[in-house]
Amino acid sequence: MSLAPLDAATLYGLMGAILVGLGLYGVVLLGGFLRRLLAFNLLGGGVFILFGIVARRGAGAGFSGDPVPQALVITGIVVAFCATALAITLIERLAEEDSDDASGGGS
Amino acid sequence: MMGLILDGGIALLTIGIAAWTIRAADDFAAVVGFVAYGLVLTLAWTRLGAYDVALTEAAIGGGATGVILMRAGARVKPAPAIRPSKRARIIVGALCAAVAAGLSAIVLLPPQPAPSLALEVREHLASTGLGNPIGGVLMAYRAADTFLETVVVLLALFGVWSLGRDAQWGGRPGPAPRSGDGGALPLFARVLVPAGIVIGIYIVWVGADAPGGKFQGATILAAMAILASMAGLVQAPPTSGRRLRWLLAAGPIVFVGIGLAGIPLAGAFLAYPPGFEKPLILVIEVALTVSLAAMLALIVAGPPEHAP
Amino acid sequence: MNVLLGLFSTVAIVAGIVFFIAGTVGLLRFPDALTRLHALTKADNLGLGLIVLGLLPYAGSLGAALKLVVIWALVQFAGATVAQMIGALALREHPTSAGRHRR
Repeated sequence: MSLAPLDAATLYGLMGAILVGLGLYGVVLLGGFLRRLLAFNLLGGGVFILFGIVARRGAGAGFSGDPVPQALVITGIVVAFCATALAITLIERLAEEDSDDASGGGS
Repeated sequence: MMGLILDGGIALLTIGIAAWTIRAADDFAAVVGFVAYGLVLTLAWTRLGAYDVALTEAAIGGGATGVILMRAGARVKPAPAIRPSKRARIIVGALCAAVAAGLSAIVLLPPQPAPSLALEVREHLASTGLGNPIGGVLMAYRAADTFLETVVVLLALFGVWSLGRDAQWGGRPGPAPRSGDGGALPLFARVLVPAGIVIGIYIVWVGADAPGGKFQGATILAAMAILASMAGLVQAPPTSGRRLRWLLAAGPIVFVGIGLAGIPLAGAFLAYPPGFEKPLILVIEVALTVSLAAMLALIVAGPPEHAP
Repeated sequence: MNVLLGLFSTVAIVAGIVFFIAGTVGLLRFPDALTRLHALTKADNLGLGLIVLGLLPYAGSLGAALKLVVIWALVQFAGATVAQMIGALALREHPTSAGRHRR
């Protein structure tokens, strides 16, 4: 295996790797559900960029990138949004329950 | 050379915004940082030549996710600031740096020649009747993935609805829109929503041959619905409404119907009979756009908050 | 002709960047919400307008050039609406200017 050439794909790939590291740091060490969820989404963005450079390196046949990883990333972004929405609704409901308990009563 | 400088600048900017978001002082600042991160990431996707992904990241990754994060940030009390010990920070930092280093090694030592399915995609693209290869992958080669993705969005909506209070099941979602803020937002909504609907439908239509597609277009349509509801122009429909539920189910039902019809007619689930690919894909896309727009708008609106 | 167009584009885009920087400096240095809104909306809209002006010669077709102008108009509209709403909220929460400083 030889070293990758210094081009856009390599630069963004390194960026993606650093984003994954940053996001992981945030998920582990930040306090509060919302901040952890944000860090998790940062992590997700980095992972998608890594997919993107695989697509970029697979360019050929007149396309600017291999379409299959790009389609996978589009699916991934939508699914990540759904997971985030579910997590956010859970967080909001938990906060409601906590404030209900504090004021005594509720359903 | 200039391209490399630009790419390096965008990469550094993204990393800087991510680091700032992690260290932001309060929740609102962190959400704003995240939306900015999504938009700069869109720039990165454009530089990587993935225009469809850039559209999706801007619409869903930055836009829709930012909206629901802001909604949560307004409702959830900020968590008490815990300062992890210096030792914990050093150890976790070292481990995360190791993860990043491992991924960088993968980036810097790629397999040669680079694996790619571009040739196979190009070969069979003409038979699908589409000009956009990503559309071809999403609707023809990996149509089962897209079908399951639509079902996942619907299940997420069910999950969001289930998290409302029992007494409010079936009611209208979202808080009552504030009135009396002046006419700025209703005026904005009145002008933008018709234009936005046209732009959304255009992006779905043009996705057959150029970057675009139903996910991006459906997100724009959902955003217009949310804008109209926030401005008080329309009231959110009750989640128990029969027409609303048929609207949500239309996309997956059409998709699975055409898929099952493919078994006797073309030999496999979601196989299109030759000669009918383009019309069938169009029918699926129209149904999916409508359903997805409703699903995304309702997911952003949240669980029911008014008793039916 | 091309050199002239290139020069025009460079001047316009650099001027746009200067206005963006001015707006950001205003955002960071002005004391309260209303003055910061002032800096943001005016300077940033003008900056974006100059950058769009500088990009017009390179648009490639009349349709693409029109799309750039429409984008600028939409950003103007959205910025004005949001500035109105934030300004109304800031005024409502702190009716006297004393309460609005350094937040």
